Amino acid sequence: MAAAKKKTIRTIPQERTPMPEQDPKARARNFEEVAKGYTVEMAIREAERCLQCADEPCVRGCPVSIDIPAFIAKISEKHYRGAYDIITDTNLLPAVCGRVCPQESQCEGVCTVGDTLEPVAIGRLERFVGDMARSEGWRNVPYIEPRGFRVGIVGSGPAGMACAADMAKAGCEVVVYEAFHEPGGVLKYGIPDFRLPNPVVDVEIEKLKELGIRFECNTLVGRLFTVEQMLTEMGFDAVFIGTGAGYPSFMNIPGESLNGVLSANELLTRCNLMRGRDFPNFDTPVQPGRHVTVIGAGNTAMDALRVSKRLGAEDVRCIYRRSRAEAPARVEEVHHAIEEGIDFHWLTTPVELLGDAENNVRAMRCQKMELGEPDDSGRRKPVPVAGSEFEIETDMVIYAIGTNANPILGQTSRLKLNKWGYIETDDNLATSLLGVWAGGDIVTGAATVIQAMGAGRRAARAMKAYLGLRDTDVIYGEQLPSSERTFGLHPAEHGYARVRLA
Amino acid sequence: MPELEIVDRKDFSDVTYLLEVRHPLMAKAAKPGQFVIIMEHEHGERIPLTIADFDSAAGTITLVIQAVGKTTREMQQNCRVGTRLFAMVGPMGIPSHIGVAKKVVCVGGGLGVAPVYPQARAYKQGGAYVIGVLGFRNKDLVFWEDKFRAVCDELIVCTDDGSAGIKGLVTAGIEQAIAAHADIDEVIAIGPPVMMKGCADLTRKHKIKTMVSLNPVMVDGTGMCGGCRVKIGDRVKFACVDGPDFDGHEVDFDDLMARLGRYKPSEREALTQYQETCRLRSQIDTAGGA
Repeated sequence: MAAAKKKTIRTIPQERTPMPEQDPKARARNFEEVAKGYTVEMAIREAERCLQCADEPCVRGCPVSIDIPAFIAKISEKHYRGAYDIITDTNLLPAVCGRVCPQESQCEGVCTVGDTLEPVAIGRLERFVGDMARSEGWRNVPYIEPRGFRVGIVGSGPAGMACAADMAKAGCEVVVYEAFHEPGGVLKYGIPDFRLPNPVVDVEIEKLKELGIRFECNTLVGRLFTVEQMLTEMGFDAVFIGTGAGYPSFMNIPGESLNGVLSANELLTRCNLMRGRDFPNFDTPVQPGRHVTVIGAGNTAMDALRVSKRLGAEDVRCIYRRSRAEAPARVEEVHHAIEEGIDFHWLTTPVELLGDAENNVRAMRCQKMELGEPDDSGRRKPVPVAGSEFEIETDMVIYAIGTNANPILGQTSRLKLNKWGYIETDDNLATSLLGVWAGGDIVTGAATVIQAMGAGRRAARAMKAYLGLRDTDVIYGEQLPSSERTFGLHPAEHGYARVRLA
Repeated sequence: MPELEIVDRKDFSDVTYLLEVRHPLMAKAAKPGQFVIIMEHEHGERIPLTIADFDSAAGTITLVIQAVGKTTREMQQNCRVGTRLFAMVGPMGIPSHIGVAKKVVCVGGGLGVAPVYPQARAYKQGGAYVIGVLGFRNKDLVFWEDKFRAVCDELIVCTDDGSAGIKGLVTAGIEQAIAAHADIDEVIAIGPPVMMKGCADLTRKHKIKTMVSLNPVMVDGTGMCGGCRVKIGDRVKFACVDGPDFDGHEVDFDDLMARLGRYKPSEREALTQYQETCRLRSQIDTAGGA
């Protein structure tokens, strides 16, 4: 076959292919997914926009280094299964990551096409492949030769899932402990269904179970047994901790203990994991708010805003002390929230919450801010504008201003923590306890799903070295095209072969 | 391993019942003062319950429950010996500090009688002189008197109507203990917030250290939702991971009581709907049987 004509920035489709979405008015009242995903035609058209440039900046922009040009080329060839095989070499959860990664600051942010036009919609293409794998029932399940090592994972969120998968593929017997009654961590309790449906997460967890990974729910490590006991009495050869940050922050302003004031974590957990939105058919109540105010402008804040709207609030507003440009949320989430009728009050900070006679919150006193000199984070520091205080009426105030380290493992083990309470690790994510690694939010503080997955994989690499298992990232022989490798492994260096079940 | 199976049940009154749940690992790990979160079924809510007793030999955790809301009433209906809970996670919270106190008063009011028992036992095993003060509304509601007699050097039972023991609130019992013993090192009080507040106010006057166990509204019990935040002195703490035991003289009980009521309307709605369903079901059963 003759080589395809070389694509140039002038020959590719100029406009980024839009993703079909539910109408904002309708979706603001339901929990169905907002973005409906590409059709085959849309995916092929968008794949055409990839220049297949030699530089491949997108691969370096991806925290787990997915071979992005290669999987997009497979879509162009209409070889979707091939695209899926390439993605799952490095990322087990394409349906999840395609939905929740902040692509604009990762792969798409450095896309060559993006220098001139809108960048290639890599995230949407990844999701397309992940969703097709789901609907077609594709599974890449290897036969794995057991190596006799036992690995314990604490926390079943994205960091734990990624680490568990890598260790299982390396032939270890892996058990994942989860304190909630369902595995998935933040993917389940935090991110709402209209952004990431829980059934999508369940499918991915099923895939992990097919690798032989066991999930033990309702297990609070630290209290039911300690990390040290895992290594001694319970016979684990290595342990990975991915418990997340969790512990929500408040601001310490007057009125925070009024009824109707809660953390975004509480709202989201009640609504998503506990299905409070279906109360009273499910038993967990969610406080109804009519005039809801959310403090913060990260992804969690966007989720809380949009969940409140869907729970039936008349008006929902966001209070953020900096401007839209500094908002840490994914661009698409802010855009969706605005479309759904959320009011944004940029450069505004709360100073006091006011209550009524029954101890319910009734209003928030705010202050206008302006941006001053850059602070340590490089963002311009907001400073109060004198005499700018005003009140807004609100019967529900939700804090989404970040989280702190969860204290349980610090209380119950000898793990060394840093001054903020996060677990201290070296560059390879080894903790102060021999045989124990940690990664994700419990090490870095709140970050993203894909960063946590990257950390889980990084820790897995170090654990394999510690256990004397071969490092899957080192090339021992001739480099083969990824379609001939299994989960990124050279066939000569492992004890298993990919078995296609479907 | 048949975990979470209910292996024993006792009904202390028409609202109070005891469940002994099989969970060998937890029975081994549990310490006085800790709690569990349970879900009765898949659609259920997560409710925190203080561990009333644990038996590592038998591999069981004992819970004493009062049927007040939808979930606890439904459990009263459904949780029979041989059935299983959908979920139980724990032991949660920082265990009670069983100090070197030589003489302690262990106060339990109503349902709080159950969770104060492991502490009384631990102090007794540690060689302390233990005075038990138990408060109930009336004679019919009294439970575990024998169990307490076995671990207490003195036991004072108080009832609101005087039908058993002395007439009055637990504070009357504490007064009596303090009058008889000038050298009490510590008071441990567990019960409804208003009772713990009364105990703390009383012992503050006598300058006796008082620990209370708080059980506010919570979802996960692992420090993630912040629903259980309480004011301790001028600081905010999460009862689930920073507690549940706190210095009673520092707890802002008014704040705690106000926050306990924040889901009342929803709780009422759930209960009303549940009772309606039960009523209809019993009508159907009656009609079917006729």
